[in-house]
Amino acid sequence: MSVKDLVLVGHGMVGQRFLEALFEQSADEGEHRWRVTVLAEEPRPAYDRVHLTSWFSGTSAEELSLCPPGFLAEHGIELRLGEPAVAIDRAARTVTCASGAELRYDALVLATGSYPFVPPVPGHDAAGCFVYRTIEDLEAISAAAAGAGVGAVVGGGLLGLEAAGALTAMGLQTHVVEFAPRLMALQVDDGGGALLRRKIEDLGVRVHTGAGTQRIEAHPDGRVRSMALSDGSELDVDVVVFSAGVRPRDQLARDCGLTVGERGGIAVDERCRTSDEHIWAIGECALAVDGRVYGLVAPGYAMAEAAARDLLGAAGQFTGADTSTKLKLLGVDVASFGDALGSTPGALEVLYADSRAGVYKKLVVSEDGCLLGGVLVGEVDSYATLRPLALSRTKLPMPPEQLLVPAGPNSHGPLVLPDEAVVCSCHNVTKGTIRAAVAEQGLHTVPEVKKCTKAGSGCGSCVKLLGTIVAEELAAGGIAVDRGLCEHFAHTRAELYEIVRVKGIAGFSRLIDEHGTGEGCEVCKPAVASILASLGNGHVLDGEQAALQDTNDHFLANLQRNGSYSVVPRVPGGEITAEGLITIGEIARDYGLYTKITGGQRIDLFGASVDQLPGIWRRLVEAGFESGHAYGKALRTVKSCVGQTWCRYGVQDSVGLAIELELRYRGLRAPHKLKSAVSGCARECAEAQSKDFGVIATAEGWNLYVGGNGGMTPRHADLLAADLDRETLIRTIDRFLMFYIRTADRLERTAPWLDRLEGGLDHLRAVVMDDSLGICSELDELMARHVETYEDEWAATLADPDRVRRFVSFANAPGTPDPTVRFVPERDQIRPARPDEDGRVLFGPNLEVRSR
Amino acid sequence: MTAVEIDDGQGWRPVCELDDLIVGRGVAVLLPDGTQAAVFRTRGDELFALDNRDPFSGAYVMSRGLTGSRGGVPVVVSPMLKQAFDLRTGQCLDEESAPDGSPAALRTWPVRAAQDALAVAG
Repeated sequence: MSVKDLVLVGHGMVGQRFLEALFEQSADEGEHRWRVTVLAEEPRPAYDRVHLTSWFSGTSAEELSLCPPGFLAEHGIELRLGEPAVAIDRAARTVTCASGAELRYDALVLATGSYPFVPPVPGHDAAGCFVYRTIEDLEAISAAAAGAGVGAVVGGGLLGLEAAGALTAMGLQTHVVEFAPRLMALQVDDGGGALLRRKIEDLGVRVHTGAGTQRIEAHPDGRVRSMALSDGSELDVDVVVFSAGVRPRDQLARDCGLTVGERGGIAVDERCRTSDEHIWAIGECALAVDGRVYGLVAPGYAMAEAAARDLLGAAGQFTGADTSTKLKLLGVDVASFGDALGSTPGALEVLYADSRAGVYKKLVVSEDGCLLGGVLVGEVDSYATLRPLALSRTKLPMPPEQLLVPAGPNSHGPLVLPDEAVVCSCHNVTKGTIRAAVAEQGLHTVPEVKKCTKAGSGCGSCVKLLGTIVAEELAAGGIAVDRGLCEHFAHTRAELYEIVRVKGIAGFSRLIDEHGTGEGCEVCKPAVASILASLGNGHVLDGEQAALQDTNDHFLANLQRNGSYSVVPRVPGGEITAEGLITIGEIARDYGLYTKITGGQRIDLFGASVDQLPGIWRRLVEAGFESGHAYGKALRTVKSCVGQTWCRYGVQDSVGLAIELELRYRGLRAPHKLKSAVSGCARECAEAQSKDFGVIATAEGWNLYVGGNGGMTPRHADLLAADLDRETLIRTIDRFLMFYIRTADRLERTAPWLDRLEGGLDHLRAVVMDDSLGICSELDELMARHVETYEDEWAATLADPDRVRRFVSFANAPGTPDPTVRFVPERDQIRPARPDEDGRVLFGPNLEVRSR
Repeated sequence: MTAVEIDDGQGWRPVCELDDLIVGRGVAVLLPDGTQAAVFRTRGDELFALDNRDPFSGAYVMSRGLTGSRGGVPVVVSPMLKQAFDLRTGQCLDEESAPDGSPAALRTWPVRAAQDALAVAG
């Protein structure tokens, strides 16, 4: 297989998708291997420009990155940052870079994107005038807004309204100036635009439609002072953001004589090839074969895939795309799909408007009753169903007005989508593909179907519909989805939690007699034990609870492979005194235990027999140590870096906060173990983003991340809230934990729970920060009770002779250690003897195991 | 006091007190020849005695497993790798043989509660 050179100009979202598509196919599929060099103008690899605005609410540039670590290295891609291409020599097949370097290519792919259009009005380049395209633009806007009072956004389209939202959030009095007679002129009609305007004005944004910017006046020092509008008005402003549309960046192509469109855009065929067979163009810089330049990411991705397939010698084409959109602007839901403006000849419109509720909906229908498109403002739940119906030109099974009225007792059942309807437009997945994944490949859950078909893994707007289709298909196939805990309970863990909570059940017998069958098992017993413990039912070894705990909880230690146990004392925040270390060291030495530092910044002592546990713990408790709950589905550790106290870079006291959090949540029983960490600055040495809840210090306060996970399926945590003060931070974590404990499945970590949660992170935020379910006072109360009633399980166990009496190897020979628990020396410590090794029994303390 | 007795083939031998057993859990006991037995007491107040050695891990931990039922069969579940065993017969319900090739079954003993050493039919 030969090696050929490919140069990609531009590393934006579409450029990155192109690279992924190029290397997704197995290497032997193409005739040759591509050695890829990427020229990027910006100083960082591809990032998520669609969610650029979230940078203002605390999402970091790293989090916006779309280029997975290791991706470039894995495929041998050379990425040159801050190195734009400046010229193309088609005859010699070379690209010249800004640095003067010259690169030869066998194939050249242009993904140069677009540039923001700035109207050429006098004064448009005054200090304080910005565009809204890159992270650097946002950094500049943020800096300028710091000392400003009034901002204006020129352009009332999608991006303009996002910019207006950002300025408002930074505390600026904000104006939106739109030349067209309505906001979002491309997507919504006059009625929808009017409602949108009213909702946005309710938020304090001043909207000027039908008004052009005539000139911008500056102070003597060059800073923006005011802007004059075509309607004669004049606005005093400190910051101006131009967001008046984009233009394709086709200058490179023009300069080397490639065919470009009359109104810009590099002309390409359906395989995304330009007028030169060695050059492709994709994304916003390209003029597609249907004569349109697409400024949305989904068509850009489709072009990237078509070009990649062409380069690999496979069939791929792009002939046009759907420009449907659904988004939330300044808190207002807006969706537009298909022929939204009714431009199809003979199209009819069906309207529903309720200005009191702030809802506007319009459907565009053909004469013969097929849905063509529509506009939804204020309530967009039906978007996921209506869009595929419109795109597949399906004849409506009911009068269209029934699709618009709010759901009531007499409302229609779920719509029947045809198999060819595209459910996920980000990855172009049809309903038929999803049904086949369920029926033929035997996938039964949304996450499985998501992974297999990619549906729902783009913008996520179709996940709810995806869930409905999967459920319907399972039902049609006669597959009962048993979500019950086990054969003894038909309820989920969350349902059992509610039953236990509402009925005040305090024991397993009553629960299984009233709500289950049989005798229980290793699945339901510990799950019920955890629920009872979460709801505060005293010591885990008391009464009937004692019979439910699996062996780790029963002996308050961790069972190891030879039947011995390990012991982990709590070391809050990983902070420990020299005396503490010495105590642990002496105990380990006296009992001959194997010691190891854990990943959670504590010390694990291995090789204790059941009989030894009370003795070991008596000494630990005397020295002030508490149970570390390493054995429980409970809070493990809150890891920390040294933070501001010692570190040159730290901006807050991370150890202090970690200790406070660990002491607050110690002993909290949950559906699964809980891990946490606090980092003292954005360098993130405590790895907080891989924890169930992680906190990272900022100059203003604390950023809270949730749903992180290491282990088999690593997941980075999501930013739940930024720049919180200590009190709000703790209240938010309280509610997050209690909401998780209340609703998660058995052994479901926060990461899969968050992925499964309907409405995802936004829903979680609404529940714990805006109290959208009205349960926050309950959650707060449950946590307050936990904090109040916490007691150290080991101290309480040692205080009760009846509890201590259970810590024996043999009921009829207390004090006799188990002779089958044997150890051999290794690296100056002990380890369990293998079956073929003799080993030695550890009779009491002080067994010398040193081999040298 | 009520004693729990095991018939080890040489006659009934007291191994522990009934009060040592938590309903739904077990304890390990040493028989005179050094063999380890796991004695369980279920919610229906029945007693069972099985080999304490878990054939899958080789560790003597069966007494620390949770009891329960599977489709009507009373079971104990190994705390190590969670295989279930029929409390009445010792037969493993999940696998036929252990990693060393031996049948995956636990030895069982007759067991009874005997008040004041007064023999009660087991």
